[in-house]
Amino acid sequence: MAAARVLARGVRLGSYSIGRSRSLIFNTVQGRGIAACIDPSIGLTDEQKEFQKVAFDFAANEMAPHMAEWDLKEIFPVEAMRKAAQLGFGGIYVNPDVGGSGLSRLDTSIIFEALSTGCVSTTAYISIHNMCAWMIDTFGNNEQREKFCPDLCVMQKFASYCLTEPGSGSDAASLLTSAKLQGDHYILNGSKAFISGGGDTDVYVVMCRTGGKGPKGISCLVVEKGTPGLSFGKKEKKVGWNSQPTRAVIFEDCAVPVTNRLGAEGEGFNIAMKGLNGGRINIASCSLGAAHASVLLARDHMCVRKQFGETLSNSQFLQFKLAEMATKLVASRLLVRQAAVALQEGRPEAVSLCSMAKLFVTDECFSICNQALQIHGGYGYLKDYAVQVFIYLFIYLFIYLFIYLSFVFFFRY
Amino acid sequence: MSARVLVGVKRVIDYAVKIRVKPDHTGVVTDGVKHSMNPFCEIAVEEAVKLKEKKLVKEVVAVSCGPQQVQETIRTALAMGADRGIHVEVSGKDYETLGPLQVSKILAALAKKEQADLIILGKQAIDDDCNQTGQMTAALLDWPQGTFASEVNIEADKLKVVREVDGGLETIKIKLPAVVTADLRLNTPRYATLPNIMKAKKKKIANVKPADLGVDVSSRLEVLKVDEPPQRQGGVKVETVNDLVRKLKEAGRI
Repeated sequence: MAAARVLARGVRLGSYSIGRSRSLIFNTVQGRGIAACIDPSIGLTDEQKEFQKVAFDFAANEMAPHMAEWDLKEIFPVEAMRKAAQLGFGGIYVNPDVGGSGLSRLDTSIIFEALSTGCVSTTAYISIHNMCAWMIDTFGNNEQREKFCPDLCVMQKFASYCLTEPGSGSDAASLLTSAKLQGDHYILNGSKAFISGGGDTDVYVVMCRTGGKGPKGISCLVVEKGTPGLSFGKKEKKVGWNSQPTRAVIFEDCAVPVTNRLGAEGEGFNIAMKGLNGGRINIASCSLGAAHASVLLARDHMCVRKQFGETLSNSQFLQFKLAEMATKLVASRLLVRQAAVALQEGRPEAVSLCSMAKLFVTDECFSICNQALQIHGGYGYLKDYAVQVFIYLFIYLFIYLFIYLSFVFFFRY
Repeated sequence: MSARVLVGVKRVIDYAVKIRVKPDHTGVVTDGVKHSMNPFCEIAVEEAVKLKEKKLVKEVVAVSCGPQQVQETIRTALAMGADRGIHVEVSGKDYETLGPLQVSKILAALAKKEQADLIILGKQAIDDDCNQTGQMTAALLDWPQGTFASEVNIEADKLKVVREVDGGLETIKIKLPAVVTADLRLNTPRYATLPNIMKAKKKKIANVKPADLGVDVSSRLEVLKVDEPPQRQGGVKVETVNDLVRKLKEAGRI
């Protein structure tokens, strides 16, 4: 689709527009344009630039051309994701001994930021899959790691993360799904809501109550599709993000072997929250990719669209707006990368930083994408123009991974 | 087979970038502009790596001439599967005037030094579109050449090359050692995988100076001026054939 190709073109780094008016948004002193100052490869090592290049190329060639179709036809792009997994994107921060790529959180953030320029929704699902694979890799014993991780890393099997319930969103620790021990199995009863990939994925990382009330009574179980008693609700009709199916996951006397429990009883909430830290960085990274694409689209439009006898790029007001957008983008990127490094190094402030990153970046990037759409005027609302895609994506990004929970964690933990 | 393949890779302005001419008209703006490996060079690397995977060649060596930054391009080749790299250091004014003749002299010298059996290059670079380096290298080495290759097969000590020429497809058989230049349809370059990018860090890139190879890189060409192509003018519609003939006569075209 034309819009997808415009998007793929628009996100190429360092692209300048030809046109007489371009000189006004081109720094004639330094000889650099706006694309150079928001270049996402600034400050990266050579190796990270290579990772980023592969991710950008993959996004432009394998994802961007199909993004609109996946969204319209609600296709879960299994083949494209498996191709991504062949390049190592299935278990980016999982240990190499079970098939992962063993990269750092910062490398991961860079990769997701680049992939999301192809399709934000699919990249977000890939990041959830990565989060689940990491949880099994980090908290599972060797049998569990060897059983699940290799298939997840090559995306032979897909994973979903199940924490939210109809009655517990921000107050995740109040979850009700029960897991009663009977011999060498836990019997699960309850339901999870809004599970990304639910019904189409194979491995479910489920937080359930094995003990008393509160966070200490929660354990983490890995449930495989096909287990009797595991069923799914109808596919939710979402406003956007249709390349990942969302369903309720229902447990009715579902028997799960005790050997599928990650860590000890009562450690589940801890595991869930640790997974979410990375999840927040990943989702913030996806926002960055979307915002970067929007800035370049806005810039391109301003060089072309004429009103009042001149191109929009001559309007001082819009130049200021573009400068603000660029500033917000760079500030957001710095916060995400800082949070990624803190998480990698296990620093005490890592949780707060990850929450700050999710909170700040989704807000700022939404504002950038909204501004980009406004700059397009009426055209911005048409599906032929790529810029509209990002706005309704952001409505989801706000909710995803609990923006309010982010607040809670920032202040309480 | 114990063959060694030399692959030349060139760092050029990325194909998706819109080119700007420098205000002083001496060239195009390269500062702060995204660069990447020449697309035809990617195809050349891919072909060499494919030959290695088929066990028809033993070692793939990636070569690039230029300043420090070309090491990025060599690393990309290593990440795609080349075994080691050679960086021929050319910088400053020498780099600005570096052209196919000097590069082919360098490649010829390296081919002799490394005892290469096959040289694979891209058919042309997307910045200067010269389409000369492969041919000149073959001439300097007195090796046969298979240019515009859309298919390459090694059969014993000969190379069967299908060439895309204006008249269609031409198949030739040439003796090794030889020079091949890659055309668009030879293959589809692979993405580097994350594990391969990390492995590439450990692969060696040797540094060499043109003087060490006995090559003089001074240029006999001087660029006088670089201009953008003229802005495209709108066309004119005419009503009848007579009008068309009259207008063409007026414009001095017939």
